[in-house]
Amino acid sequence: MEKSSNPQPKFDQASQSQALLNGIERIAGQYGQEMVLMEVCGTHTVSIFKAGIRSLLPKNVKLISGPGCPVCVTPNEYLDRAIAVSRLEDVIITTFGDMMRVPGTSSSLEREKTRGADVRVVYSSRDAFKIASRNPDKRVVFLGVGFETTAPTVASALKEARQENLANFSVLSAHKLVPPALELLARSPDLNVDGFICPGHVSTIIGLEPYQVLAQEHKIPCVIAGFEPMDVLQAIWLLLKQIKQGTHLVQNQYVRAVRPEGNPKAQTLIHEVFDVIDTRWRGIGVIPQSGLGIGKQYQEFDAERLIRVEVEASREPEGCLCGEVILGRIQPPACALFGGQCTPESPVGPCMVSSEGTCSAYFKYGQN
Amino acid sequence: MCLGIPVKIVEKRGSVGIAEYKGVRREIGLDLLDQVQPGDWVLLHAGFAIQKIDQEEAQKTLKLFEELESIGEEQ
Repeated sequence: MEKSSNPQPKFDQASQSQALLNGIERIAGQYGQEMVLMEVCGTHTVSIFKAGIRSLLPKNVKLISGPGCPVCVTPNEYLDRAIAVSRLEDVIITTFGDMMRVPGTSSSLEREKTRGADVRVVYSSRDAFKIASRNPDKRVVFLGVGFETTAPTVASALKEARQENLANFSVLSAHKLVPPALELLARSPDLNVDGFICPGHVSTIIGLEPYQVLAQEHKIPCVIAGFEPMDVLQAIWLLLKQIKQGTHLVQNQYVRAVRPEGNPKAQTLIHEVFDVIDTRWRGIGVIPQSGLGIGKQYQEFDAERLIRVEVEASREPEGCLCGEVILGRIQPPACALFGGQCTPESPVGPCMVSSEGTCSAYFKYGQN
Repeated sequence: MCLGIPVKIVEKRGSVGIAEYKGVRREIGLDLLDQVQPGDWVLLHAGFAIQKIDQEEAQKTLKLFEELESIGEEQ
């Protein structure tokens, strides 16, 4: 029965990847000049490194990683606030696992946990919600970190909290929006990106339209891609074809999961619960209208408003070049800390902590 | 962090579904999608189904390869 089989395409890996690589080789050879593509999403970065795709590409096709790792772009001031909140006696912090080891200015959530703070790793905002239901005498704070993919899941939990009158649940929101960051990159005079490999799962929510400004105004071709190595190769091939032909369209390679309109129900939920706000990105600074803060309608669930704490003066780690890596300005080995002082076991910056960070992928898989 | 896993919905109780992935069943939120039915494949992210996955559309990915091959021949 059609419906019961896994709907991932059945790629014929060997012959199709060779056909794609031949196609890529051919276009790159005909075009001659350098073509720089940015894979925006951290999950793509990992997929590219695991499959060794960089090493398979012609010399004039370069892949650089972009700002699509939520943990990496969350600034220290947010972490420092979360750490300060975790020190309160009556608070349980709930967070995705990736945030635990990220060093703040003088501590990390993991270190606070060893000192006795109640910090719990959850898989979903639904789990955080359940912890709040079971612990009515505690204030349960969920660390809302992530892009458009994650924001509606958190919005849904807040809506449920309102329905259930769950007064001890709140969210410290650092949610960010991908298109404003890409537009900033497109405007940046020192970064020459010829094409964007756009994030597949962010696009399941936002659809194709938000990328049109990049294609039409900035004349940069965009291809939304899935996460199998074959998806990524296909996206690269589509981008190279566009660059060679001089077109700049938004194309969708990930048709099995991305509808042109995205997920309207999730979009409505995001706007019901959150307001679009200016927000700070690590290494970039404040990008106007690039974040999601908890809106007035849901302010009784806004941890930043509810829980007053003294937060230490935040500093970024000394010598760490995560900010430059996030923007695709340098590759990790250009950082003096990379591989010596900064490793996945003893990370200095978030790009080495997060499994999706570019530094971590470079360290684990080499310069593939 | 935007990981999404294709899972099959095997049961539905209001806005909560039971999803199966490699033989393991777990509860997931269905609030972000309309009209999800048992038997549907969805993309699971952070405990919620964020989009239905379309078998026919999946096949279109493969059709692009045919295009690739024909264009490859022309050039």
